[in-house]
Amino acid sequence: MKRREPLTNTQLLTTIATCIFFVMYFAAMIFMGGGFLKVQQVFDLLNDNAYLIIIACALTIVMIGGGINISVGGVISLTVMACALFLNGTGMQSAGGILVAFLLALGIGLAFGAGMGFLISYLDIQPFIVTLAGMFLSRGLTTILSVNPVKVTHEPFLALVKTKIQIPFLGYVAQNGNLIPAKLEIGAVVALVIVILSFLMLRYVKLGRNIYALGGNQQSALMLGINVRRTRFLSYVISGVLSGLAGFIFLMHKPAGNASVAMRSEMDAIAASIIGGTLLTGGVGNVIGTFFGVMILATIQKIIGLSPLNESWWQDMASGALLGVFILLQSVVLSGREKTRAKKASTPALQKG
Amino acid sequence: MSAVKKAAKKSGGLGQLMIPLVALGILVLFNLIRDPSFFSIEMATNNSGNQVLSGNLISIIDSASSLAIIAMGMTLVTAACGGQDISVGAVGAIAGAFFVKIANTDNGITGGSAILGFIVCVLGTIAFMMFNGTLVAVFKIQPMIATLILFSCGRSIAYWINGSATPQLTSPIIDALGKTIPGIPIPTPIFAVIIMAILLALVFKFTNLRLYTQSVGINQGAARLNGINPTAIKLLSFVILGVCVAVAAVIGVSRLHQLNHKTLLVDIEMDAILAVAIGGNNLGGGKFRLLGSVLGAYIIQMLTTTLYSMSVPPVNVKAYKAIVIIIIVVAGSPVIKNKISTLITRIKAGRLQASAAKGVE
Repeated sequence: MKRREPLTNTQLLTTIATCIFFVMYFAAMIFMGGGFLKVQQVFDLLNDNAYLIIIACALTIVMIGGGINISVGGVISLTVMACALFLNGTGMQSAGGILVAFLLALGIGLAFGAGMGFLISYLDIQPFIVTLAGMFLSRGLTTILSVNPVKVTHEPFLALVKTKIQIPFLGYVAQNGNLIPAKLEIGAVVALVIVILSFLMLRYVKLGRNIYALGGNQQSALMLGINVRRTRFLSYVISGVLSGLAGFIFLMHKPAGNASVAMRSEMDAIAASIIGGTLLTGGVGNVIGTFFGVMILATIQKIIGLSPLNESWWQDMASGALLGVFILLQSVVLSGREKTRAKKASTPALQKG
Repeated sequence: MSAVKKAAKKSGGLGQLMIPLVALGILVLFNLIRDPSFFSIEMATNNSGNQVLSGNLISIIDSASSLAIIAMGMTLVTAACGGQDISVGAVGAIAGAFFVKIANTDNGITGGSAILGFIVCVLGTIAFMMFNGTLVAVFKIQPMIATLILFSCGRSIAYWINGSATPQLTSPIIDALGKTIPGIPIPTPIFAVIIMAILLALVFKFTNLRLYTQSVGINQGAARLNGINPTAIKLLSFVILGVCVAVAAVIGVSRLHQLNHKTLLVDIEMDAILAVAIGGNNLGGGKFRLLGSVLGAYIIQMLTTTLYSMSVPPVNVKAYKAIVIIIIVVAGSPVIKNKISTLITRIKAGRLQASAAKGVE
C-alpha cells in the first residue's frame, strides 16, 4: 500500500527511537562504565519494567486505533491488590491457586476493557473521559479492597517470584572468581513475548490491520467494509486484558499489593509509545518502537540515578527535558518530510498520502 | 409536522447545557431528600472573629473555585487545539512557587509584596504556558503530549524555584485571599470566580475571540484561509489558561496557608478535563460554552461533598465518583441522545396523528 515511499512514517519514527536507545546505551557504557558493561544491566531494565512494556504495548494498540486508555495504571493496582488478597485468603496453597489468581487478573482486565470498550465504541463517548472514569473506578476499588499494603504470603507464589531464568554464558565473573549468571525474570520473558505477539498481530492479523485502517481514517475504514465499532471495541478489550496481565507480572516482580502501585504509569506508557513513534492521532505506530521507548525511559532513569544528580527532582527535570527533546525531534522530522512531500506533490506520481 | 420540527430544534438548542443542568438538579434533589438541612446556610463566627456564611452550599461553591477557574481556561484550550492541557496541576505548583517566592519577604507578606508576587506569578505562569502553547501551535504537537513534559517535571521545577522548601504562610492577607475578607461574609475565592467569569465574558462580548477560537477548533485550514491566524489563537488560549492557573494557584496556596509542591492543585487536570466534558463540550475542539464547564466543576465538587457527607471514606470517593461520571456521560452520549429524541418525536407524532384522527371523527 505504501511501497512507493522508501520508509513509512511508522518505520522512520521506530528507527529513530531504536537508534536513540543504542546511542544512549553506548554513551552510558563509555562514560559511566561499571554496571552498563554487564549484560545483567539490560536484563535488570527488562525485569524492572516488564509491566511497563506490557501496558505500553496495550496503549500502542489503542493509540494506533485513534483512541487512548489512561486506566491501565489503575487496572494494574486493582489486579495486584485483588490477586494479593486472593492468594492470601485462598485455601489453595498449591500451584492451582496461582492459576486461579492469574485467571482473576485476566478477568479483571477483560471486564474493564470490555466495559470501557463498549461505552467508547457502541455509545460514542470520548475515550479520554471513559478511561478516566475507569482509572477512578479501579483506583477507588483498590482502596475499597484494602487501604493498607498487603504482602503476599502464599508459598508457591513466592517460590514462583524467586524463580529466575539463569543464562550462564551472559554472566560475569565476580571478584572472588565465581561465575555469576545473568538472571532474567519470567515477567521479562512474558513481556518480550507480548511485544512479539502484538507486533505480529498488528502486522499480519486482519484485526491488527483493521486497527491501523481505523486509526488512519475512520470514514475510509468504514467504506472499506471494516466493522469499525467492533474493531475499536476489540482494541480496548485487548488493552484491558494486557493491563490485567501486567498487573499479574507486577505482582510477580514485587509480591505486595498497595493502593499507590503503578501510580502514573499510564503517563509513562503514553510517553514510551510517543517516543517509540506512535502518534496520538492514530494510524501510525509500532510496538517495537514502543519497546525501545520504554527502554529509553528506563535507561534515562538509570543513568540519572547513577549520576551525581541523583535527587528526585533532578531526575524528574532531566527526564522531562529529554522527553521534550524527543518530542521536538519527532515533530521536526515529520514536518520536514511533509514539506519535501508537498514539494514533490507537484509531480502527479507522488501524491500526498 | 412543523410543530415536531420546532420541538426538536428547541431541545437541540438547549442540548449542551441540558445534561449538566439535569445532573445538577438530580444531585440537589438527592441531597434534599436525603437530608433537608444539607442546604441550610447560617451566619457563624470563624476563627479570626469575623461573621461569615457557613453551610454545605457555601463550602461547595467555595472549594470548587480553583477547579471552576481552571475549567474555564481549559475549555478555551480544548476548543482551540482539540486537546487538553494535562500540566495545569504542575504549572499551578510553579505559579504558587512564584507567588510565595516574591510575596513572602523577610518582613512577612505585605500588601505591596502580595500584589508584586501576584503579577510575577501571572507572568511566570504565562511564560510556562507559552512553552506548552509553542509546542502545540508552532511545532504542531498533540496538546496532551506537549504538556506531558511539564506534567512530569513541573512539580520538581516548583520545588527548585522555591529553594527546596515548603514554607508556611501566616498573614492576614493570605487569610483574606484564601478565606474571607473581614466584614464580607462570603469567601473570597467565590469573588475570584465571578471576576474571572466577568472578565472572560467581557472579552467574548467585545472581541471576536469566541468565533475565532471555534473556527480554528472546527477547521484550522478553513480558518487560516479566512484570514485567522491559528497559531496566534492557540497561543492566546494558552495565555488565558495561564492566567486562570495563576489565579487558581494563589487561591490554593492561600487556602492551605502553605506551599507544598506535591499537593498544591494535585490531580486537578483530570477534574478540569472532566468538568469540560460534563459541561457538554466536545473534547475534540470546536464549539464550546464556558457556563457548561463551570457547571461541570460545581457538579464534581457537589458530588464529592455529598459523598463526604454520606461518610464515604475519602480514599474510596474515587470509585463512586467514577460511577456517577459514567452515568452522566452515558446520558449525554450521542447514541442515547438520538434514541431519546427519536422516541420523543415518535410519541409526539403519535399524538399528532391521534389528534388528527379525532379531528376527522
